[in-house]
Amino acid sequence: MKYQTPLAKAHGLGSAKTGTHHWWMQRVTAVALIPLSFWVILFIQQLFHASYPEMKQWLSSPFNLGLLLSWAFVSFYHAAIGLQVVIEDYLSPTWLKITIVWMVKLAFLGGAITALVLAIRIAVSAG
Amino acid sequence: MTQRTRPLSPHLQVYRLPLTAIVSILHRMTGVLLAAGLVLFVICLAQIEAGSSSFKAMQSFIQQPFISVIIWLIIYALFFHLCHGIRHLFWDMGEGYDKILMNYYLILELFGSIALTGLSFLFLQLGGAA
Repeated sequence: MKYQTPLAKAHGLGSAKTGTHHWWMQRVTAVALIPLSFWVILFIQQLFHASYPEMKQWLSSPFNLGLLLSWAFVSFYHAAIGLQVVIEDYLSPTWLKITIVWMVKLAFLGGAITALVLAIRIAVSAG
Repeated sequence: MTQRTRPLSPHLQVYRLPLTAIVSILHRMTGVLLAAGLVLFVICLAQIEAGSSSFKAMQSFIQQPFISVIIWLIIYALFFHLCHGIRHLFWDMGEGYDKILMNYYLILELFGSIALTGLSFLFLQLGGAA
């Protein structure tokens, strides 16, 4: 028999102060991604049609480099917290849920950092 | 014996989801697909960073018809997710809950996403010629 109160069970499973933060950030990033998604079409156009020097020059302009980094960070963030909701909905065991959510979040953080490093290296090498 | 029309609970083997429900789950599915698509974005950047020959190899790879079709399906998924996402934003503001208009909004966002994909396609063709 366990002499544990419901409050004691809840301790350590997250605070009750940031309950809407996740939901709100999903919306904020969604709004930011509406214009940024159209920039991705410009990027894909370059991927299909640009020559190598054109591609590097295009990516290293402050305008495109800035939009690339904004798009990368906002979309990786939006994707990570979106996948978190999907995982939480369909995975039942708590230990598995927490493990997978952390793995996904770390993977997307890693992806965003990789994109940042690659974009800066491209811009620097273009001179 | 008279046939009485009693209400039936949804029979799971023959129950067909209404279009609104299909679009709702497609929003989530396209979201997961696009999250996976971000990996492709990082791979493309890595190919550009790796140098001229790997960029050209990647370019000729994505220009293959079959791969192009996959890329355009992902772009369609992006615009579908964007259009339905805008509807979610309206819902969050407490608008757009009229039951009669649900199918109307649905057609609006389906056509919107097809139109945006089509316009992007035209834009890419024009840009390629320039």
